[in-house]
Amino acid sequence: MANAVFIDNLQKSYGSITAVKNISFQVQPGEIFGLLGPNGAGKTTTIRCLTTLAKPDRGTVEVCGISAVKNPRAARRRLGYVAQEVALDKVLTGRELLHLQAALYHLPSEGAKERIERLLELLNLTTYADRQTGTYSGGLRKRLDLAAGLLHQPEVLVLDEPTVGLDIESRFIVWDFLRQLKAAGTTVLITSHYLEEIDALADRLAIIDSGVVIDSGSPSQLKERVGGDRVTLQIKEFTPEEEAQQAKAMLSSLPFVQSAIVNPARGNSLNLIVKGESNYLTNIEESLAAASFPIFSMTQSRPSLDDVYLAATGRTLMDAEMAAAGRRDLKAEKKEEMK
Amino acid sequence: MITQSSIQSSLSPDPSLHGGLEDNSSALGDFLQETFALTKRLFIQLQRRPSTLIAGIIQPFMWLLLFGALFTNAPGGLFGEDLNYGQFLAPGVIVFTAFSGALDREFGFLNRLLVAPLASRYSIVAASTIYIIALSFMQTGVIVAASAFLGAGLPNIGGLGAIALIVLLVVLGVTALSLGLAFALPGHIELIAVIFVTNLPLLFASTALAPLSFMAGWLQVVASINPLTYAIEPIRYLYLHSEWGLGTLVMDTPWTSISLWAVILVLLAFDALVLLAIQPLLRRRFA
Repeated sequence: MANAVFIDNLQKSYGSITAVKNISFQVQPGEIFGLLGPNGAGKTTTIRCLTTLAKPDRGTVEVCGISAVKNPRAARRRLGYVAQEVALDKVLTGRELLHLQAALYHLPSEGAKERIERLLELLNLTTYADRQTGTYSGGLRKRLDLAAGLLHQPEVLVLDEPTVGLDIESRFIVWDFLRQLKAAGTTVLITSHYLEEIDALADRLAIIDSGVVIDSGSPSQLKERVGGDRVTLQIKEFTPEEEAQQAKAMLSSLPFVQSAIVNPARGNSLNLIVKGESNYLTNIEESLAAASFPIFSMTQSRPSLDDVYLAATGRTLMDAEMAAAGRRDLKAEKKEEMK
Repeated sequence: MITQSSIQSSLSPDPSLHGGLEDNSSALGDFLQETFALTKRLFIQLQRRPSTLIAGIIQPFMWLLLFGALFTNAPGGLFGEDLNYGQFLAPGVIVFTAFSGALDREFGFLNRLLVAPLASRYSIVAASTIYIIALSFMQTGVIVAASAFLGAGLPNIGGLGAIALIVLLVVLGVTALSLGLAFALPGHIELIAVIFVTNLPLLFASTALAPLSFMAGWLQVVASINPLTYAIEPIRYLYLHSEWGLGTLVMDTPWTSISLWAVILVLLAFDALVLLAIQPLLRRRFA
């Protein structure tokens, strides 16, 4: 069976900024696939190329075996798209908006009416259906947008950061709905910079950083691959680099420490990966005391997707986000969007 | 009652709905369906936010009243024949109102349209044009009535029909032009800036406010290629003369006089040109 989504060697620039350098991944029919990465990593640009809103500079973009570049209309019919910023016509009621959407996808009016009522019911929107969408809360807007995206029973539903700005409850409603959708056989492609979102939902994921895929697989595969427990250690709140390096050298010589990284973005804290020693915290404490290093803080954790990200890039997702925020050329992107 | 299996069936994909690679049979049916839906949306907006319409009616009324009063004591016969300035001005206000009403397009909504498998993106143009034409006809009706009340007289039925046709042709071209601009420019703010800069010069470089004979030679040339002039002059003629035909000379330029059918041809050519010119913009934006 063809891939639900096939993206190969995708490249896209906005002016002098290369938003996507080289992205390849495949989504199998019926799975939830996550694109994880900091803001500015190229997720949204990838999605814009997939949904035919932007034209790739190079590479292959296919939906159910259909090229989004050569046959954009056929690709659009197979895609449902829930954008990050929900663009609702504030004056229309929820029901009117869905009827408009149905006409834009050329659903026959009889079937459309029934389907709209069905989706309103499924997403608990019936009570609000005749209110103007300008009065909707963020969670309601997102649910209406989900209904709109699913109206034409697409093979693939694409969601760009679906829970940004939502309250916790709405977030769980969306998650739960996406799981139902998967159970019903719809393929879901979701981007997020929330690790726990991808961890909770995705069958497989690709981690994107600075316009390239740096790792991909199932969440458990990726976590297993980085292995071991994590220890984050601060000698002082802001440790001088030299002192951090000395501590690193000392700790690296311990037999159960697999790797040690100094993280300059976090006041030169030390990130250790430990394996094969159950009593490692006491052990580290004693070694540090023996070499008369103080301890400002020390935490331990199981490997998370953030550790996968850290192992692949040498920085945490949050650090990457801070750095990326300063790098974007928003004006050029906006201009390109409007083309 | 929602059962598990009914949830499944509502949320399952249905590839049979999505056709093949090529566009399916009823491209025209699809086009009409989306055009109708988009037009309906615009009218719902108008009904729930009538301020645009109300402002669009008050403004030309103020034009007539204030500009008319501004030149009340101008020497008699200055504007040709036994015309007072109010009579002279009414056609200009009709055309200018239709023109500026057709200029401003807003799309907070564009991405939703762009990811949809529209039969043709001209349905967006068609819906906007239908809406703007309806709006312009309402405004034109009010201006014609108001200027009749202010003493400009009333053309006969045939004349009113011809005025409607001319307004329609202007609105079609300008709506398409502004849609093209809306797609070419980065955003709505930029569109407003362009409108702000071009709006009044286009008015002054037409015969809306003063006859050709008042103008500097170079401005006469500019006014004679300004499409607005091609709408204003025949309407002015229709206001003043009950006897006319397609061959009647209705407009003067520095080099020749132009008949009604030639004026209509020029406006048609303007529309065709604009529709052709925006095609690559529609394509590029909507590859």
